[in-house]
Amino acid sequence: MSALKASRPGRLNLATVGTQVLLWGYAAVVLGPLLLVVSNALRPTREIFKNPIGLPTSPSFASFVKAWEKANFHVYFFNSLGITVAAVVLATAVSALAGYILGRYRFQGSAFLSAYFLAGLMLPFRLAIVPLFLLLNDLGLVDSRLGLILVYAATGIPFSVFILSSFFRQLPQELSEAARIDGAGEFTIFGRIMLPLVRPALATVVVFQFVPLWNDFFFPLVLLRSTDKWTLPVGMTRFFGEFQTDWSTLFAGLIITTLPLIIIFLLATKQIIAGLTAGIGK
Amino acid sequence: MSVSAWLTKRKGARLHRHKRARGVGNAAPSWGIIALFLLPAFLLYTVFMMWPLAQSFYFSLFEFKGLARGGFVGLHNFRELFTRYPVNEQLPRAFLHNVYFFIGTMLIQNTLGLLFAKLLYTPRWGKRFFQTIYTLPYLISALVVGYLWSLMLNPLFGPINRVLKMAGLSALARPWLGDPATALPAIILANAWQWMGFPMLLFSAGLANIGEDLREAARIDGATSWRLFWNIELPLLLPVVGIVTVLTFIGNFNAFGIVWAMGGVNGEPGGATDVLGLVFYRTAFRGGVDAFGLASALAVLMFIFIFGVSMFMVGRFRRWEESLK
Repeated sequence: MSALKASRPGRLNLATVGTQVLLWGYAAVVLGPLLLVVSNALRPTREIFKNPIGLPTSPSFASFVKAWEKANFHVYFFNSLGITVAAVVLATAVSALAGYILGRYRFQGSAFLSAYFLAGLMLPFRLAIVPLFLLLNDLGLVDSRLGLILVYAATGIPFSVFILSSFFRQLPQELSEAARIDGAGEFTIFGRIMLPLVRPALATVVVFQFVPLWNDFFFPLVLLRSTDKWTLPVGMTRFFGEFQTDWSTLFAGLIITTLPLIIIFLLATKQIIAGLTAGIGK
Repeated sequence: MSVSAWLTKRKGARLHRHKRARGVGNAAPSWGIIALFLLPAFLLYTVFMMWPLAQSFYFSLFEFKGLARGGFVGLHNFRELFTRYPVNEQLPRAFLHNVYFFIGTMLIQNTLGLLFAKLLYTPRWGKRFFQTIYTLPYLISALVVGYLWSLMLNPLFGPINRVLKMAGLSALARPWLGDPATALPAIILANAWQWMGFPMLLFSAGLANIGEDLREAARIDGATSWRLFWNIELPLLLPVVGIVTVLTFIGNFNAFGIVWAMGGVNGEPGGATDVLGLVFYRTAFRGGVDAFGLASALAVLMFIFIFGVSMFMVGRFRRWEESLK
């Protein structure tokens, strides 16, 4: 390698420079709009219209306050948070139980059940909205946050069961056998010994349910009607109509909606990259 | 992401079978215990996901009056989709737009993903840094990305046109989302901006799986980096190319939020950005009194198409891989 480098310094340098230009250039394409959003949220709309690209002269959080209070973001935000957290907790809990049994034991029908849970990964679930709407209507769960939580939890199960069962499967047998000899029951082995050992997988599963649910627009659009139950994405559609000339507030709204995800990303970059590439080698 | 897991499950399954054969294998607990562990997930998943999916097929054969299901009408709903105005005109147009969306994404987003995976493969400073930045927009809601880019592309106050003017390219400045010729390409680019990091990560993982000895051998044989990429790395990446293609296909044919944010519920201007997801939503929730029957029929067609083509692609890529071995 190093010999090659030494023999053709000119060409390699050119390639290195080109690579750096491409890498930084695309980084600018990604970060430019994001930085612009932050900068413009801190400037008054008047200034943005005069010059859409610029740094705030006297940064002000007034737009954030306006979006939060006047544009109802405090309502949407806590709806999103409550619904997403509840759904993730519910789906992770039931998936851990199912994943444990499917990962650790073989019994009649276990292969079928694994395949059954797996099938949900491939199915375009939104297409089931008509029967789902009628079902929730019969249960009195249309325009209900609980209804949305149940639907969301169901959508998280296939991925969670898949990931968790494959992690449970990899744990050594000796652990549970020793516990069983000591007289521990199945639930004790699961909760006390096995569950703590799959914590990394739990983190991946939690992050990977949180992001799409927080961002989902389709189900609340169809299933929630009262504005006081709306989540951020649905609230956003009304917000962009009402505040169309108030760009500073629009930018602030985009940031409020995205901030929790940025925080998650910074805390769990590793889990995110691991989950995105689940199934492809390292 | 989850689908990539599904697509590679065969490999995993084989691995586990092997492990099982070696291991002692605990005796399964009693059926009561098994049921206690399995039932919560099974019920939630079945009642709110699998059962409604199955019902879609059944409902498509019935007449609906509002929320009430009426009599059996056979394939009437399916016929209506292709004969009743305006859905009969919107459907083929939206389908075509989804096809453009898919082709455009494959050519732009996934090619860039491969390029950057390759550029970042050679160990160099900042690999993790660039990967993190490139993946960042993936987190943002499709709807937010759409609104963000509709502000960026605004004809009066949008930064994009301003940049073009500053660069002396005023002739290029235009109402990107107001012009039927540029609206859909703009959405495809905004979508690629959001998702490029994902194929990049998949290709990176694929490249990391290729043994260093293979590369070394090729280098000793005097292969240039281009030949190395084209003759060795790309063929070995074929499984990942297959996964990326299938995921792109499924994602693009389900596009909804980003198009809603940039083109509205009707795919403005004048339907130039209308896609199947929007047609489906309008048919179900902005349609006439028999909307639910029609929407169920459309759901069945889209389901069969998306699932059928994905399965076809999986099989096609698998055969292609075998032929290269």
